[in-house]
Amino acid sequence: MTVVLRIEHMTRRLTGDVPVTLVDDISLDVRSGEFVAITGPSGSGKSSLLYLLGLLDRPSAGRVWLDGIDTGGYGDDELADIRLAHLGFVFQSHFLLPEFTARENVMLPMQRLGRLTQSQIEVRAQKLLADLGLGEQARKYPHQMSGGQSQRVAIARALANDPKIILADEPTGNLDTKSSGVVQQILKNLAHTDGRAVVAVTHDPAFAALADRTLKVVDGKLAAP
Amino acid sequence: MNTLLISIAVKHLLARKRQSVVSLMGVVLGVAFFLAISTMMLGSEADFIHRLVDNTPHISITDEYRNPHRQPVETAYQGGAVEIRSVKPETETRGIRGFANILDYLRAIPNLKASPALAGEAVVSFAGKDVAISLNGVLPAELATVSTIQSYMTDGAITDLIANPDGIIVGSELMRVLSLHVGENITIAASTGQIHTFKILGVFHTGRASYDQSEAFVALKRVQSLLGRPNRINSIIVKLADPYAARDMAARIEAHIGYKAVSWQEASEDIMSTLMIRNIIMYSVVSAVLVVAAFGIYNIISTVVMEKQRDIAILKSMGFHAVDIEWIFVTQGMVLGLIGCATGLPLGIAMMLILESFKFHVPGSSDPISLPLDWSWYQFVIAAAFALVSATLAALLPARKAAHVQPVDIIRGAA
Repeated sequence: MTVVLRIEHMTRRLTGDVPVTLVDDISLDVRSGEFVAITGPSGSGKSSLLYLLGLLDRPSAGRVWLDGIDTGGYGDDELADIRLAHLGFVFQSHFLLPEFTARENVMLPMQRLGRLTQSQIEVRAQKLLADLGLGEQARKYPHQMSGGQSQRVAIARALANDPKIILADEPTGNLDTKSSGVVQQILKNLAHTDGRAVVAVTHDPAFAALADRTLKVVDGKLAAP
Repeated sequence: MNTLLISIAVKHLLARKRQSVVSLMGVVLGVAFFLAISTMMLGSEADFIHRLVDNTPHISITDEYRNPHRQPVETAYQGGAVEIRSVKPETETRGIRGFANILDYLRAIPNLKASPALAGEAVVSFAGKDVAISLNGVLPAELATVSTIQSYMTDGAITDLIANPDGIIVGSELMRVLSLHVGENITIAASTGQIHTFKILGVFHTGRASYDQSEAFVALKRVQSLLGRPNRINSIIVKLADPYAARDMAARIEAHIGYKAVSWQEASEDIMSTLMIRNIIMYSVVSAVLVVAAFGIYNIISTVVMEKQRDIAILKSMGFHAVDIEWIFVTQGMVLGLIGCATGLPLGIAMMLILESFKFHVPGSSDPISLPLDWSWYQFVIAAAFALVSATLAALLPARKAAHVQPVDIIRGAA
């Protein structure tokens, strides 16, 4: 299995009156089809690490390779284009746009990418929702759905442009046990069935136990799990 | 892609219908008032200029020179410090010399009508009263084409002077002062001492009391003989098809004939600059209405940007560029501006029509008057452009702020 995501000596510091090191010299490879869990205490820097992996934040030092491409010299718009085509995000909060239906939310990344026609986009959005058991909910607005359903819509949205890498930040943090189990299973299948690289930050030991590999972050450094 | 941004923008506005409508009303009223007020101001200006242009010659040529003759020594030593003392101007017979040639020259210019006149001072004596008047010797048939005096005639016509060379046309005020009636004879003494009796053929009433008392029209030949200046004139009245060409035309005529040619703009320069100032004030006031409306738009879009931080963050993390986000919010301003124009322009037209239908009485005037209104396409263009530009600019500031939202800051805080 190929390495799709690689970071080397990644450090992220916040400068200011009191400088803070969020991520301290971390190196990591993630392969396609691999499900990696990142755990650690609150404030340890695991979410910061995920944002760096997801090109949402820029490292103070170190590099990110995505599919063998060094993203070091890229500008904001180029990074946005990479996120659009190659990365899918799932956050603790579903972050669905409240004025759009479930299907319209899933369509947004595809419309922005503009590779498919409008009718193809509609069909694909409907299929993604149906695959996650939300075929009936496609025309509902976020406020008409439960937390678990909304989070699954968010996963469908993350999958819209068929990314190789899915990054999840506490995806089950706001969900009840049952919904949480469903979401965990979906994420696992994305790695093991679809062959995507899935990196999830979690507090939940049960969720971490599903992963192929668990990384523990303490004080911004990788620690032995 | 663009339709995607527009659909997001429209959904944002629809999600806040009430605020959107309120800020929209600002633009609608701004555009409508802009149209209504500028229509009234332009109308009154046009009305004013119309009266000014109609009642004065577009260009009047007099037997004067703008500058005194140059002395030969000044021509010989140009730029030198020449001083000549006790210069006595050459004695000249007053009047425009070679006026027949000048008239031929003027009449060769297209869209221009010219008529010669000789004016002189005279005294009307009647029933023991003496009233000083200005006696205008004119060619009646030509005067009718260059002056509006015919439209002020309450009795008779200016052309009646053709049939009766001893006739006179006087103003209503002179008739009142001397208790005269049409058909009566009056005796006029010219400054030369000659006396002649005229028959009153017609009366004009312009509404300007001094004019109605002191001006009188008779046949040109009669005045020339009364004043002892046969075959002379001292002014030429010029009327143009396009009154606004008067300034350039006057300069051209003056350069050619040498005599002073004064356009109506030059003669009424003070009034023209007053009108200009009035226009500036008007446009400042009505623009202020639209600026206030722009603040309304700024307000709602700032609010939307504040409320939509999470949406902005997720769109950016998803892969939307900063410029996409900026467009979403600028589009909202443009949509408000467009709908504001689309609603405000018809409302403005409705207001114009209502204003036009108003009739009211001015104290001291017998006829009801309506507001003078004037509109042209460029008012609509200015109103629409100003509304669109101000709405877009008002949206631009919050939109820029939205574009610079860092997704990580929001996602970290919201988690």
